[in-house]
Amino acid sequence: MQLLYDGIDQPGLNTLAVYRDKRGGYEMLTRALGMEPADVLAELQASGVRGRGGAGFAMGTKASFLPKGDMDKYVVCNADESEPGTFKDRELMQKNPHLLVEGLTIAAYAVGANKAFIFIRGEYELQTSILEAAVAEAKAENLIGGLDLWVHRGAGAYICGEETALLDALEGKRGNPRLKPPFPAVQGLYRGPTLINNVETLMNAPIILRMGGGEFAKIGTERSTGTKVVSVSGCVQRPGNYEVELGIPSREIIFGLAGGPDEGRSIKFWFPGGSSAPVLPGTDEFLDLPYDFESMAKAGSMLGSGAIIVVDDSVPVVDVALKTAKFYRHESCGKCTPCREGTNWTVKMLERIDSGEATPMDLDIMASVCEHIIGNCLCVLGDAMAMPIGSMIKHFRPEFEAHIEAARERVAPGAYVAQVNRGDHAGQTAVLEPTGAGATGGLH
Amino acid sequence: MSIDPTRIRRFQHGSRVPGWDDAVDLTKSPAVVPDPATTPVPAELRAEIEDYMGRYPDFRSAAIPALHAAQRLHGWCSPTALEQVACVMRLTPGYLTAVATFYDMFETEPKGDVYVYVCTNISCSLRGADKIYEAMVAAGGDDPALNVRSFECLGACDIAPMASVGGEYVGPLVEEDCAQIVADVKAGRPVLEAKQLRRLTAAGTRQPPPVDPNPASGPTASGNDVEGQKDM
Repeated sequence: MQLLYDGIDQPGLNTLAVYRDKRGGYEMLTRALGMEPADVLAELQASGVRGRGGAGFAMGTKASFLPKGDMDKYVVCNADESEPGTFKDRELMQKNPHLLVEGLTIAAYAVGANKAFIFIRGEYELQTSILEAAVAEAKAENLIGGLDLWVHRGAGAYICGEETALLDALEGKRGNPRLKPPFPAVQGLYRGPTLINNVETLMNAPIILRMGGGEFAKIGTERSTGTKVVSVSGCVQRPGNYEVELGIPSREIIFGLAGGPDEGRSIKFWFPGGSSAPVLPGTDEFLDLPYDFESMAKAGSMLGSGAIIVVDDSVPVVDVALKTAKFYRHESCGKCTPCREGTNWTVKMLERIDSGEATPMDLDIMASVCEHIIGNCLCVLGDAMAMPIGSMIKHFRPEFEAHIEAARERVAPGAYVAQVNRGDHAGQTAVLEPTGAGATGGLH
Repeated sequence: MSIDPTRIRRFQHGSRVPGWDDAVDLTKSPAVVPDPATTPVPAELRAEIEDYMGRYPDFRSAAIPALHAAQRLHGWCSPTALEQVACVMRLTPGYLTAVATFYDMFETEPKGDVYVYVCTNISCSLRGADKIYEAMVAAGGDDPALNVRSFECLGACDIAPMASVGGEYVGPLVEEDCAQIVADVKAGRPVLEAKQLRRLTAAGTRQPPPVDPNPASGPTASGNDVEGQKDM
């Protein structure tokens, strides 16, 4: 079923000439403006559409948390799509920017917001210019009424995809997450009530109005309504974005649409929802699961941003774990100690595995580090590393242990093993060769 | 077993992390908001920043767009660039330094004008991105006109392994493309036109990729045959 991807490659869809004049775009906005805001909100709630950015919170419910009244309210579109493996918003914004502008304006009308921002990640330069052109066109034709809408381009930081960090970045600060509560719906941008939604979520708003909330809710499963754009990448033959009805078997996405792994290879494991989601083994038990929010949660993972990364049997799990951990170490903003230190030490322990210094006990230490990160930080960036690493250790412990043993045998017993200054931590400065206790001047 | 201290290597100045104990000049007073009378700011930059400042309820929100503008003009967030932004925005250079050092796209050291971000995150790595990055460094790493960096996920895993050349996404790359990228940038041509992301249609309607379907030469298979399980 194609709702968002329906005719997405139509030439010129990014212009009003096609989007409005040929395809009837902005009709739903006109209809919404003729309704009471509360009725628009009710439609969104009836649709049951859940956030497509990662957390999967019901959009209508979130919007209903905003206080009523005459204060300045804001709608922010989270287009800081940085979750590894996720690239759906990029294609949607590039090809159909007006749908986002329309959806955003509908959401703003429903909650009574007068200012709106699209926070797009800094690397998406092409998409920024396309969106800016679309917004300018919509403003020139007076389509978005009194809504003060701007595209704000970030400058490269994964953490800004976290809603409160995004707000800080939008306020011109370093993107550090804030303590919650108060939630952004109550106190967000410039301390005003703020609705933050993902690109795909907002793009669903015009579709919901066209179909009616009740009809929309019939698509998908009972609690995961609608369609989902799934980004499939990694070891598959046809990587790309595929729009599917929520609840279809995962196998159908990975094998049917994306073509499965290369010939002669089998799936070792896969991330069902971006690199933050705990991995699932490539066995039938998991591949046959319906792809929706509940089934993924029940299997111990999450749907997240809807990005499936497939890893085939030729890739050592330790390498994927190290890549994942390094990413989170790099992107940790450093505000909370468990995340800042935990991601760093997890990387060091994983590097130790490869250099032959690790013992199986390290796996338990790593698991305990992960345990101490989860739930102990302002945001879930640390958790987002801890969960996949923890799940990799859980599902592939024998392989980790074999890797440790193999690396230890490679490094002959008693050989010198570098303890520090390894990897890209080392920097440019020369290191001292260990020449004995005297040489280090007692600085231990 | 206890740790043998003689085996712990240290940097020459005794520290294990370079730079953390570099002395700070405590006698220096903190930089103040630059004086407009003595800080020349190019008129276009000033106009652009003032336009940004007018968009937000709080003018400080313009910090990131303003730094983007200054970096475009100066090539990097140099002390002069920060001072000019600070002068227009009436902020201290320290505030802007704090912002500029947080975000990956702001360069706090002089770099080449055209950036080449090679994605080395999970999905691209599974497709051999680390080799592409090495090839890219070999092809253009020393080139003063380029700024070759490995980067975290750029959001284009469908064309993995990929790179962003001055904002233009290109992929899937093979090692031979790297020299072509350098040549295209130098000649001022569109980069790797055949492999630009903007020309791609949605995945379901895409033509099968023009690569050899034989898995022995496919991108994942290159270093993956049992012995060479070290592709990432």
